[in-house]
Amino acid sequence: MALENKNLSRQEFLKKLGLFAGGVVFVSTINPLKMVFATEKPKNGKWYGIAIDIEKCIGCGSCARSCKIENDVSQEPFYFRNWVEQYTITNEHEIKVSSPNGGIDGFEQPVPDEDIYKTFFVPKMCNHCSDSPCTQVCPVGASFDSPEGIVLVDQTYCIGCGYCVQACPYGCRYIDPLKGVADKCTLCSHRLEKGLDPACMMICPTHARIYGDLNNKNSEVSLFLKEHNCAVLKPHLNTHSKLFYNDLNQEVH
Amino acid sequence: MDKTQSLYEALSKVEGFIYPNEISLNWDMLIVMYPYITGLVAGAFILASLNRVFNIKALRPTYEISLLAALSFMLVATMPLIIHLGQPFRFYEMLVTPHFTSAMALFGFVYLWYLMVVLLLEIWFDYRYDMVIWSQQKKGLMKYVYKALTLWISDTSPESRKTDEKIGYFITVVGIPSAFLLHGYVGFIFGAIKANPWWSTVMMPVIFLFSAMVSGIALIMFIYMLVSYLRKQKIDMNALDTIGKYLFYILILDFTLESLDQIHRIYVADESFDILKILVHGKLFVTFFIIQIGIGTLIPLATLAYLQFKKPSDRVRKIIYATISIFVLVGIFYMRYNVVIGGQLFSKSFYGFTSYKANVLYDTDALLSLVLFIVPFFILAFLLWLLPPWKKIEH
Repeated sequence: MALENKNLSRQEFLKKLGLFAGGVVFVSTINPLKMVFATEKPKNGKWYGIAIDIEKCIGCGSCARSCKIENDVSQEPFYFRNWVEQYTITNEHEIKVSSPNGGIDGFEQPVPDEDIYKTFFVPKMCNHCSDSPCTQVCPVGASFDSPEGIVLVDQTYCIGCGYCVQACPYGCRYIDPLKGVADKCTLCSHRLEKGLDPACMMICPTHARIYGDLNNKNSEVSLFLKEHNCAVLKPHLNTHSKLFYNDLNQEVH
Repeated sequence: MDKTQSLYEALSKVEGFIYPNEISLNWDMLIVMYPYITGLVAGAFILASLNRVFNIKALRPTYEISLLAALSFMLVATMPLIIHLGQPFRFYEMLVTPHFTSAMALFGFVYLWYLMVVLLLEIWFDYRYDMVIWSQQKKGLMKYVYKALTLWISDTSPESRKTDEKIGYFITVVGIPSAFLLHGYVGFIFGAIKANPWWSTVMMPVIFLFSAMVSGIALIMFIYMLVSYLRKQKIDMNALDTIGKYLFYILILDFTLESLDQIHRIYVADESFDILKILVHGKLFVTFFIIQIGIGTLIPLATLAYLQFKKPSDRVRKIIYATISIFVLVGIFYMRYNVVIGGQLFSKSFYGFTSYKANVLYDTDALLSLVLFIVPFFILAFLLWLLPPWKKIEH
């Protein structure tokens, strides 16, 4: 008898569960869940992208230095919005990479000249991805894409969980040690608003870095991308990075 | 040690090349504790539901202990997360304005659902009748404490007890998928990070779930023996053997799944393979091969397998079970460590490593993690005093 009762209640339960699940499916077809902050690429308006010409970079570190000053980034060698890496590939095809203090103090080449197959500098900064994993994972929506395609952090809102730091494949984010919130390159949006160039773009002595509106096919960056064979970092991660490198070696991660 | 100072020390220990922002480990020991503690909760609950829903009678003596232990750990489960935040006082933003594309945003809701709807309700319905009786028997303050706990419902009719039983059963049924959800979800938080090849595997939620069950069952095995010892009561060897049997089965499943994950990784050997190979053979060698796999998995598996065929005396079995439960608990802790810390030791450039050393003497986060593991035992002691399972009236 007791067994029967139990079976009945289970049946009843399954019935109710089925009804509930059906109800949820039905309601969600009428009114699908809308995502917050799903910024679509605008048809009109600016859509910023960056191009870096590796051939032109001389590894002076001015970009990294000016960025720290302009954006008040901690001077300790653990926090960078912008840095330069030196890649050296030896004749034995050994890959050596270094970025002492982000390249701010310059570089030394430990490999003797005769052993070098090739060497070059790779400036790094936020890729301002169109499908940025860092904004996707932010649990409160403090990381977001601006309508111009710049990935920003609302630091008055960020809870400092560090999930975005984990999610960025390019190591471009860090938790500000004083503020306890995420920090990253803003493409100097405070300067862009005033019609000024970002600090790193302005300071680069060889014009190795350019930026501009990807929607405008006549902008400097669009023309550069047209004329050069550019590539992005880690394309297999499908982040739709908007930081394009000319002459990018496949060894660069 | 000052944080900056420790970072300079870490900087001097960098091997190869890492992105300059990767020197400091973003998620430290506290985030190791987070999946560890939630795993213990989920595992303990699933053991309780084996008794309730799957009607495994031998586990009856551990039913309430499992539930109360799950609750004790559940109450501190969010603490490591909140303490770890850069802005701890903004934690509520996650509940008020969750960002739905984030794999982390729903944790608060999953947690609250599990705590409020599953654990508290199940315990309440299980103890309601007894609390009514206790509120009538006790004198002074405790009378009113129990009265408050019953929410001033004093119905002791057989019908009301039947209803308690029915609803409790229903909640357990809902609770099983909820426990799966709770810990599978924690696994997904890591598994969803495509930037990190050590984490980014579709197996992560499943592996977390099974390791959670393993750790929860081992925890209850340990607590049941400890409680019986402290109360100077005879241990129900049948219950202990049954727990051991389930620990054995689930440990096999867990080990199979984790092996599958690693075998797949080794066979596919994608671009991250070289750096991960150096990682597990180097910085994680002791914690991965020796502690997680050796002490935490193979020794318990071999011993439990032996016990399935041979039955040494009760005394020997007790010693074996006590040792094994501790081995498994340590093993699973280091499994979490290898995932969380291991995943941050190598650079996403795949060209080098940073270092990490937890020291409870200098590092407040490591010390807090230890405290957060000890506190639930005190909560449990309090709950067992307030709601003693051994004074319950048999239904």
